[in-house]
Amino acid sequence: MCDTCGCNVTPGNRHLAYKPVNGGTSAVSVLKKLLAHNDDQAAHNRAHFDTRGILTINLMSSPGSGKTALLEATIDALKDEFRLAVIEGDLETENDAARIRARGVPAYQITTGSACHLDAHMVHEALHHLDLSAVDILFIENVGNLVCPASFDLGQHRNVTLLSVTEGDDKPAKYPVMFRAADVVVLSKTDLLPVLDDFDPARAEQCLRQLASTVPLLPLSARKGQGMAAWYDWLRSELAAQRARVSAGQTVKPCIQPDGARLHAEVG
Amino acid sequence: MHELSVCQALVNQVVEIAQQNSAHTVQVITLHIGPLAGVEPALLVSAFPLAAAGTVAASAQLVIEPQPLRVHCQTCGADSEATPNRLLCGICGDYHTQLISGDELLLANLELIT
Repeated sequence: MCDTCGCNVTPGNRHLAYKPVNGGTSAVSVLKKLLAHNDDQAAHNRAHFDTRGILTINLMSSPGSGKTALLEATIDALKDEFRLAVIEGDLETENDAARIRARGVPAYQITTGSACHLDAHMVHEALHHLDLSAVDILFIENVGNLVCPASFDLGQHRNVTLLSVTEGDDKPAKYPVMFRAADVVVLSKTDLLPVLDDFDPARAEQCLRQLASTVPLLPLSARKGQGMAAWYDWLRSELAAQRARVSAGQTVKPCIQPDGARLHAEVG
Repeated sequence: MHELSVCQALVNQVVEIAQQNSAHTVQVITLHIGPLAGVEPALLVSAFPLAAAGTVAASAQLVIEPQPLRVHCQTCGADSEATPNRLLCGICGDYHTQLISGDELLLANLELIT
């Protein structure tokens, strides 16, 4: 669906495009995405990444579900295989960027003040503080929040949503917008499952599937090194896919049902 | 919480369009918002006056037209109504569905005084 060719005009909104003009009042049909400015900046960021063959991954979850711990383990396992870099988003402190730098990987910390999410402009500003010529995979650790970050495209290629087993297994049902945005869902801290009698991984998966999501669900424990191979394999295959796209002159946005967008267009 | 950011983006777009159409006042702003847009209409309405203050849209009426949540089933081919956390086919119950309406976050229409 785009804002230029008219494919966003559907039977439901077509009448808006032909509203009569009365006297000094005129009606203008717009049908533009509300976040068009952010989306333009995100497309610009994505072009930066694609020019350099970088795969950019956006990590989203509740605060404390283990995003930084997952990155630490990933750096330890893959830093000799790939050149990694991290953009950290928090309201305050350099703590997470310091944890990443301690592992020997460049990191830039965005402190948002009171903003509840990263946007494409903040990420663009951060890119000027990183040497993108020496990066294969860039991770963006979004502000811990299961609501707002899902609405803002940053220019990333894939969204990873973490669900830790210390949260409720019905989180996907409570926060459908966030879990629909995921290209992969990581079930984190699974080493704690034996002491948590109220979290059922099968129920978490059922809640995810009820959102019509067919994405992989990867149970793992970054701290205990359990289930990590599937996560590393997912990253390797995504980087290979990104390199294939770049050499074919293509790019990709995180997939919220691309076929759904095509259906919107066909209706118009 | 992010509704104020969305409102600021909205006001920027509206002001731009008003200038393009040489309008001095924006009377009505119509938005299309689906249940899965990730934006709460009531919060948008309360944040709007803050974002619009001092612009040509300051006195505009914000009209939000909610959009239905509908899915298309890849398995049985039917279109059906759904709810935000249950996007299964309403006919056969399969989860291989595609959203055909319900995630819109669109500026649909403006009424301008020129």
